[in-house]
Amino acid sequence: MPENQKKVLEVKHLKQYFGVGKPDMVKAVDDISFDIYDGEVFGLVGESGSGKTTAGRSIIHLYNPTDGQIIFNGKDVSSFKSKKEKLEFTRNMQMIFQDPQASLNPRMTVEDIIAEGIDIHGLAKDKAERRKKVEDLLETVGLNRDHASRYPHEFSGGQRQRIGIARALAVEPSFIIADEPISALDVSIQAQVVNLMKDLQKERGLTYLFIAHDLSMVKYISDRIGVLHYGRLLEVGPADDVYLTPLHDYTKSLISAVPEPDPEFERTRQRVPYDASIEQDKEGQPRKLREITPGHFVRCSEEELSFYQERAANYKKEKQETPSV
Amino acid sequence: MGERILDVNNLEINFHTYAGDVKAIRDVSFHLDKGETLAIVGESGSGKSVTTKSLMGLLANNARVVGGSIMYHDEDILKKSEKQMQDIRGKDIAMIFQDPMTSLDPTMKIGRQIAEPLMKHKNVEKKKALAQALEILKLVGIDHAEERINEYPHQFSGGQRQRIVIAIALVCYPEILIADEPTTALDVTIQAQILDLMKELQQKIETSIIFITHDLGVVAGMADRVAVMYAGQIIEYGSVDEIFYNPQHPYTWGLLNSMPTLNSTDLQAIPGTPPDLLDPPKGDPFAARNPYAMKIDEKEKPPFFKVSETHFASTWLLHPDAPKITPPDEIVRRKKIFKKMQANVN
Repeated sequence: MPENQKKVLEVKHLKQYFGVGKPDMVKAVDDISFDIYDGEVFGLVGESGSGKTTAGRSIIHLYNPTDGQIIFNGKDVSSFKSKKEKLEFTRNMQMIFQDPQASLNPRMTVEDIIAEGIDIHGLAKDKAERRKKVEDLLETVGLNRDHASRYPHEFSGGQRQRIGIARALAVEPSFIIADEPISALDVSIQAQVVNLMKDLQKERGLTYLFIAHDLSMVKYISDRIGVLHYGRLLEVGPADDVYLTPLHDYTKSLISAVPEPDPEFERTRQRVPYDASIEQDKEGQPRKLREITPGHFVRCSEEELSFYQERAANYKKEKQETPSV
Repeated sequence: MGERILDVNNLEINFHTYAGDVKAIRDVSFHLDKGETLAIVGESGSGKSVTTKSLMGLLANNARVVGGSIMYHDEDILKKSEKQMQDIRGKDIAMIFQDPMTSLDPTMKIGRQIAEPLMKHKNVEKKKALAQALEILKLVGIDHAEERINEYPHQFSGGQRQRIVIAIALVCYPEILIADEPTTALDVTIQAQILDLMKELQQKIETSIIFITHDLGVVAGMADRVAVMYAGQIIEYGSVDEIFYNPQHPYTWGLLNSMPTLNSTDLQAIPGTPPDLLDPPKGDPFAARNPYAMKIDEKEKPPFFKVSETHFASTWLLHPDAPKITPPDEIVRRKKIFKKMQANVN
């Protein structure tokens, strides 16, 4: 991302601990920092238990962060002084949830589900305008106008996820957190929903935080990617750089495990084993994200810096030696 | 490939519901040879799980087999009683389910769960069965097996639980192993380990595998042959190379097109949704979503056209009178690879 671009979201030293003070305290998110720029898709990948969902939920205030700062559009939104402040925040930041089965109230009509935000924020003058807005939203996400009066159970998984997207769009946010929006859907439907999200982003100039475990899908939709493991960001960089020239051993291992729909490739696949003990912090060698190549960061200590620089240099050398096909 | 051990012929299964009969499996035929891995690919509702449940005699109460046969060692499984099926299930044909959280008994030590099929099917006494359970637990890669054999399922992680499920399935050295989305609930790195483990064990105990999944990436790495299911029917089958590099049915094209790879810049989604099987379409079930559909696709179901000795596809596009069309770019790219592979063989 170019330097002059506007930062929409700045996450600074975010910590989210559960069960603080108890012996079984969990550091779900342990001091992560990253920025998201205007109009980009930032992909957050990690395995189950890595803290990716918790991070998303902390950012949008479904949890109260244990520590750290979240700055959204230049304002500190780590805590709110008044209800008005919180309303203004949720108007601009919305969320799409993983499970379209569980995230839609089965007793509400699609119209009421989508218009809930419109009501809360008073965005429609009267019933007719409310209805019009809902119908327009339904069309935007590829459903029919007359679906408004139906109930969630009358829809398939893919359609329900479209309703979830329409609900998020209803208050015209600038920023959307999508937490595994497609993992509950069938393959042929996944592509539909992801393409819809991509189109909406272009049309409306949205910024996304896209959380997922499916690396190839994250790579497809994201401009930049952060790799999360044990609640820590291990690597951040432009999507292509992270995938083609992964710096951290964990990222390398993760990418080497993604199955590709290509039998020839699978027959010659080399998996990279990963030893998580390298993530153990050493006394007196504090680790943080350090920039190795422009925009490409890896979590390391001062002492490890040269190792990663060498790794990046090797990638560069390899690339020069093998002409692109 | 080795001898044929399973032959499914013209299988038809309906589910009785208040709204009417759902025709979940419509005229499905396939076979399985000794030692091979057959992948059945399809979306939810395509009938892939129902097909394999019928092999195990585990169909739901409202299911009815309307026609067809499942020949296993010259005997029709569909004609067997529940008691006879209990002898086959877990011994000759075993199954790994999708969700390792729910397929283990939470109140029973895992050693006992692994030993149970041995005691039940092979009349092995408890002590010996537990000793064998320990052996197989080591085989599936559980560390400190001697201590962990006395632990309960909740003390294991998701990947370890799936290893235990695999141990239970393999402890009787079954002839056929049915794996229904065995890695869908797991992370990619764990998935890779489990798939490697299954391949390794398949070699060791010479079992045949029917692998059910919607993940074409997993299929590419596991399968010898692939059958693609859509709306209760098999629409194309062939060797793994034939399906991935020389696909013929537009639905197979669509599936390959909508899977992102680490290099893809453009995803072509399949428009629409699968048909309602309460009232399945008369012709090609994919016609309504198929940009290459012709008039005949709506009227008449295409027969299987032979592409090679091992490769068949049910699409009118293969009829000699069909117009020549150009498949999507991604498929053209794949077909080029296929040509190259064939040139190398000849």
